[in-house]
Amino acid sequence: MALSKKDMVEMYRRMLLVRYFEEKVDELYGLGKIKGGTHLYAGEEAVAIGACAAIKPDDYITSTHRGHGHCVGKGGDPKLMMAELWGKKTGYCKGKGGSLHIADLSSNNLGANGIVGGGIPIATGAGLSIQMKKSKQVVLCFFGDGASNTGSFHESLNMGGVWKLPVVYICENNLYGMSVPAARACAAQPDIAIRATSYGMPGQVVDGMDVLAVYEAVRKAVDKARKGSGPTLIECKTYRYKGHSKSDPRAYRTREEEAEWQARDAILSFRKKLVEKDVLTEKEAERINNEAYEYIEASARFAEESPYPDVSELLEDVYVD
Amino acid sequence: MREITFQQALIEAMREEMLRDERVFLMGEDVGLYGGAYGASRGLFNEFGPERIRDTAISEAAIVGAGVGAALTGMRPIAEIMYIDFTGIAMDQIANQAAKVRYMFGGKARVPLVIRTSCGSGRSFAAQHSQCLEAWFMHVPGLYVVMPSNPYDAKGLLKTCIRDDNPVIFIEHKMSYKMKGQVPKEEYLIPLGQADVKRSGGDVTVIAISTMVQRALKAAEELAVEGIEVEVIDPRSLVPLDMESICSSVKKTGRVIVVHESVERGGPGAEIATRIMEEAFDYLDAPVKRLSGKNCPMPCSPVLEEAAVPQISDIIGAVKEII
Repeated sequence: MALSKKDMVEMYRRMLLVRYFEEKVDELYGLGKIKGGTHLYAGEEAVAIGACAAIKPDDYITSTHRGHGHCVGKGGDPKLMMAELWGKKTGYCKGKGGSLHIADLSSNNLGANGIVGGGIPIATGAGLSIQMKKSKQVVLCFFGDGASNTGSFHESLNMGGVWKLPVVYICENNLYGMSVPAARACAAQPDIAIRATSYGMPGQVVDGMDVLAVYEAVRKAVDKARKGSGPTLIECKTYRYKGHSKSDPRAYRTREEEAEWQARDAILSFRKKLVEKDVLTEKEAERINNEAYEYIEASARFAEESPYPDVSELLEDVYVD
Repeated sequence: MREITFQQALIEAMREEMLRDERVFLMGEDVGLYGGAYGASRGLFNEFGPERIRDTAISEAAIVGAGVGAALTGMRPIAEIMYIDFTGIAMDQIANQAAKVRYMFGGKARVPLVIRTSCGSGRSFAAQHSQCLEAWFMHVPGLYVVMPSNPYDAKGLLKTCIRDDNPVIFIEHKMSYKMKGQVPKEEYLIPLGQADVKRSGGDVTVIAISTMVQRALKAAEELAVEGIEVEVIDPRSLVPLDMESICSSVKKTGRVIVVHESVERGGPGAEIATRIMEEAFDYLDAPVKRLSGKNCPMPCSPVLEEAAVPQISDIIGAVKEII
């Protein structure tokens, strides 16, 4: 499946939606309008958008605490996402989940996860479900470098490898688990992908700042998974522009390092490529950029104007009646 | 009526539900050809094959987590954790994932997952293979907690749990597996949240959990000889808890003892006693009494192990104290 021009334009648009969404959240959080744990995906857009472009609407994803990008990648509407962050009734989870638990079951997004590594076994189980139902779907399992050191990672990738489950394990290595450099947290260096050998699956390192490279690697792994040939571990080298969370002063890394990564910005370089390849004119690219910005502004207005849930909803949804 | 063992009752329940619904499957350590550490899946591997009676690696977090993922995507898994003591390894998947995804996702998810596990002392297995940890799970909103005390209840409750759309911790006492009891051949279901009066009596209510039900019944027999009539109530599920049946017994007797094997501090007895005080205080003629496991890890020595959990003589003593 080669990407059409339309596909690439849509990828560009979604990357912009993620970036503007995160910048808006940053602003609203600073103003005290949004509360809760908020972990921004800005800088890592190429991973979620490139990977999700390689799957079909009925395929599954599991996401992480830094999950806004995955939600947009899977087709999520920033309006409903913003409302969820705001704790509004109109949000994806009726205001009960917030940033850490955005899920859209209707688009087979099995949700963000507040526990690092918590989604990896769940993705593996979704893969088992697909295999047992013979439904030919696949699962993209997103997690970070930090999660690669949890027991859940080991247990799940081993299980996925033993049963040859249709799961693509996508490690977003943004170099830091909160403040600790991956280089000081992962014994095997320099790549997490080499651990794939332990689980009987191929491992691959990809430039996580290149959306087309991510797409291509995930597409191949998805094809393989769909054919019943088992899982793949793909490590995307990427960088989060903001701190781990809003309270992070980023003392553990230099401004120079940040500038180096930002010079390779995934959105700007993709835009340049699209113009060079005549997929878009500069003018069209600018129009898409402006529309994405406006949509996020509208999303924030929608969220702000939306009602909070009624207190009577507090005890609803604990159990299926 | 025919008699079968607790273990056979569980096998029948899973077999019937697997025949009824192809989405139901079992996974866990040694559940396949081996038939489960306590034989509770014996024969199912030969009938259903390795896909649906699925041996796993020793990976408790992945067993439960894969169960959550499979349940979220349309299957109805039964995940066996060999000993409840091992649920610590899977606790994130149980307490943070299985229990909470429905609520966190605004009611848009369902997790029809049964986690079957074994609990309890009696085999000198000591501190890491003998615990009763139902209180851990009672504390987490979103989970159901079920503890059958005989083969009839085990079968009817397990079938209900498999059909339920909520995650359930189904706790089987390891000394129950060989227990025999009457179980009809015909299909039946036992609803969750419905306590069973195992023996009627007007003097004292004994609320007993799991194997403590049998001990309470034996104590009641002995006490009856002395003219003391004990009513034995088995809640069967701790979440949901049938306070209506408990309170109506309290209204009759005015005196209550809660008996369980799990340690006293923060145990199910604390919850049940508090609820009785909240809901039936005016009917109490004496403070609610707890008879529970001692506040220590379970020892190996048979002598110490016996001393760590309530015995029939303890129940008799407690009844005599309260009347």
